[in-house]
Amino acid sequence: MFFETIKSFFTALNDILLKMTWLSELFRRLVENVFGLRVSDPFGGSLHFFLYDTVKIFILLSVLIFTVSYIQSFFPPERTRRILGRFNGISANILGALLGTITPFCSCSSIPLFIGFTNAGLPIGVTFSFLISSPLVDLASVLLLASIFNWRIALAYVAVGLILAVVGGSLISRLKLEKYVEPFVFGNRMVQAEESALTFKERVRFGREQVAEIVRKVWLYVLIGVLIGAGIHNYIPADIITAVLGQQNIFSVLIATVVGIPMYADIFGTLPIAEALVGKGVGLGTVLSFMMAVTALSLPSLILLKKVVKTRLLVIFISIIAVGILVIGYLFNAVSFLFL
Amino acid sequence: MEIKVLGSGCANCKKLLGFAQEAVKEMAIDTEVIYVTDMLEIVAAGLMRTPGLIINGKIKASGRIPPVKEIKEMLAAEK
Repeated sequence: MFFETIKSFFTALNDILLKMTWLSELFRRLVENVFGLRVSDPFGGSLHFFLYDTVKIFILLSVLIFTVSYIQSFFPPERTRRILGRFNGISANILGALLGTITPFCSCSSIPLFIGFTNAGLPIGVTFSFLISSPLVDLASVLLLASIFNWRIALAYVAVGLILAVVGGSLISRLKLEKYVEPFVFGNRMVQAEESALTFKERVRFGREQVAEIVRKVWLYVLIGVLIGAGIHNYIPADIITAVLGQQNIFSVLIATVVGIPMYADIFGTLPIAEALVGKGVGLGTVLSFMMAVTALSLPSLILLKKVVKTRLLVIFISIIAVGILVIGYLFNAVSFLFL
Repeated sequence: MEIKVLGSGCANCKKLLGFAQEAVKEMAIDTEVIYVTDMLEIVAAGLMRTPGLIINGKIKASGRIPPVKEIKEMLAAEK
């Protein structure tokens, strides 16, 4: 009885704060009573999906980015580098992957970060673990996954994302690929910048600036993502989607990954597409593969990376990630009954 | 006074450069803001996050874009 109460309390909390069922209801009334459309019709349904998803994602995004940035302000890259320097072997990779999820940096900083880590003597495998997990598993995206799907899927996503980062980084260590890093990276030892502790006010300011910056950067991707999602949701016939991406097509995961790799979008833009695809009966693994391919590998970040590593290492890096994403996709499709 | 903005040439870095130039102009400081895009120089300066703002050799901001008002305060403190 007691546990039942607690469970229903958390379910209610989850519905109100993360899933925002009240918002869905609000927009349903708007679409039906004000616009005179039916949510069960394709157009009314798409409009409802568009309004509800857009507003929900922006609310969650702002609140989450602020909270996450506040936490992140305790882990600047300088500190992460110092922590990582104390560990060796696989534990350094695991820690690199974990710190990747909470160290703030934008993709345009990935080069100074790569040089900064390598220069300080960190093995490149550890740096790669960090670089893989950082875009793939960020705290805000995990909460969004929990909001759109459920907690089991969100946690499973974190787990496989971290495993991919650890295994990928360890493989790169094991293969001894240091010689394929441009020599200037190892050159002159950089100055250790002094770290100054931030005040509460400065952390709040950092959080606020991050929200403004990220919302400005991703709003278009979110809108495009929601539009595509709304289109998939109600206009593209389910049998076409299932024929291409459905469980019985053994190439579904492969197609989703290959399509996702060159795409450059934030995880926030891919979520509404993922949501609509799962709603159409596409396998969970196929959808996760698509999301991972979009976020972990993108042309702009690969072009940046090319400045510090030779083509060979870049190709190995892409291959490891792509194979990892494929394995994860097929695995999730096989066991998706555990999650949905 | 030596004022440097460091960055890989991304949108954020250019924005900070614009802010820094504005602050310098508003305070009527007789100096040019130096824009550094060379990765090695950025890293050698001890920066791991771009954009960075360095005034008289001291890192004043990294990985964020301080508003013009804040840059002016930093400049005033260095005067």
